[in-house]
Amino acid sequence: MTILVLAEHDNVSLKTDTAKVVSAAAAIGGDIHVLVVGADCSAAVSAAQSLAGVSKVLVADAAQYGAQLAENVSKLVVEIAADYEHILAAATSIGKDTLPRVAALLDVAQISEVIEVVSSDTFVRPIYAGNALATVQSLDAKKVMTVRSSAFDVVASTGSAEVVNLSQTIDSKTEFVSQSLTESARPELGNAGIIVSGGRGMGSGENFAILEQLADKLGAAVGASRAAVDAGFVPNDLQVGQTGKIVAPNLYIAVGISGAIQHLAGMKDSKVIVAINKDPEAPIFQVADYGLVADLFEAVPALNNLV
Amino acid sequence: MKVLVPVKRVVDANVKVRVKADNTNVDTTNLKMALNPFCEIAVEEAVRLKEAGIATEVVVVSVGPKAVQEQLRTAMALGADRAIHIETDEELVPLSIAKLLKAVQEKEQAQLVIFGKQSIDGDNNQTGQMLAALTDMPQATFASEVKIDGDMITVTREIDGGLQTLKMPLPAIVTVDLRLNEPRYASLPNIMKAKRKPLEIMAVADLGVSLRAHQTVLSVTPPVERKAGIMVSSVEELVDKLKNEAKVI
Repeated sequence: MTILVLAEHDNVSLKTDTAKVVSAAAAIGGDIHVLVVGADCSAAVSAAQSLAGVSKVLVADAAQYGAQLAENVSKLVVEIAADYEHILAAATSIGKDTLPRVAALLDVAQISEVIEVVSSDTFVRPIYAGNALATVQSLDAKKVMTVRSSAFDVVASTGSAEVVNLSQTIDSKTEFVSQSLTESARPELGNAGIIVSGGRGMGSGENFAILEQLADKLGAAVGASRAAVDAGFVPNDLQVGQTGKIVAPNLYIAVGISGAIQHLAGMKDSKVIVAINKDPEAPIFQVADYGLVADLFEAVPALNNLV
Repeated sequence: MKVLVPVKRVVDANVKVRVKADNTNVDTTNLKMALNPFCEIAVEEAVRLKEAGIATEVVVVSVGPKAVQEQLRTAMALGADRAIHIETDEELVPLSIAKLLKAVQEKEQAQLVIFGKQSIDGDNNQTGQMLAALTDMPQATFASEVKIDGDMITVTREIDGGLQTLKMPLPAIVTVDLRLNEPRYASLPNIMKAKRKPLEIMAVADLGVSLRAHQTVLSVTPPVERKAGIMVSSVEELVDKLKNEAKVI
């Protein structure tokens, strides 16, 4: 049984999601290959080679793959799919874009956002914003699935997999125009040990500065609820929730967030949850380990002084 | 230009579902149902394209039991011109839905198929991409801006870490994210008008598509509940708890 993991990377570096998906692959059991599709992605390839448990890193390095577009990447995966019983990717924007295309071309269903491997054909996944967990047994010959990386630990970097270059270059009707990524010195939401998140209660984008100061002091990432993103306080990539990032840090500090079920879906697996809200009835307090009913504009600066 | 909008009937976003006692599924009996919020955004975008003179016809389609006609009427009240109901009582996986939609698309030949990026019940996030694969159309998922210029479409997408813009020829598939638009409310006259708009009913067999089972749901269980926490009375107490009890800072 051989498992293919589609690497999550930005050509320059391999994302830790890949090490977590490899961990899910190891739980299935079998030989693990990682596929790196990109352009000038040798740094990501070297990092993938060192993932423990990976025996081969397949590399498709060509200009056509630079933007990692679903249309041609999926066709490439299908070309090599005959060798694999499982095809996995992280449930990131790239994985979610690409893998359903792979599954459909292979005429198999996809199992999305796997959080637990029960056996080689049975997996657990959340449905209804995490309000229920479905245990699903695949009847397909090939199992195509996205993995929620926050549910798995990273594998060690002690491996030394061999590299196999793929020569196929496949064109795409889709053309990459541009990309604007938020520049930040803070940790990424998916990898942060601590996250400080703000909601509608922050009142404005400028007010997020007090959360950023606290985040910098704690070495934390900054997140936001949908309400804060919709109000234009912060960009969309900070959104934590059912349809944004799913996170599980050691400490999640929710500030001015009421706690809609869609937001809870994105953070309720955090180890410790702190909620600061002036409304004692806010649903966020029902999932918080420590709740503080207070005006955030007083509590957050005070917290910043004490930590 | 014709726009096809596949839509889904789901439990209302504000309802917290419960798992059935026998752990076979969630209990949706007597729950408030609605048009999936992402589908609503897709319908709104299609209607705006029509209002802008770019689209000439907006067709909505849904797969499911008879009750989905309620959501098809809602979509028509929002401005869709006509509806197609593919009737089945079976719960189908996204791949099977995509196969049915492919048959519809072959007949309708829409230039743009615009979807919600995911339904808030299954949270699969697959159907749009799967239809794109089956029809070999280019796709732009998680759209926050859509611009059509002649036979090309330019889409800004919400991706991890920021935004990405892609350009592709029509026909194409777009799946929409939350910030593409803010859907309108259906007015009473439009709700009345929607009742007279054409709604075609088809059986799965009419489309000549053969479907098979792909998975078995062994159980549906509630997630582990978090233990109730405590309320602290001051920032000092909070910091003390985080440092000395939880030991996370």
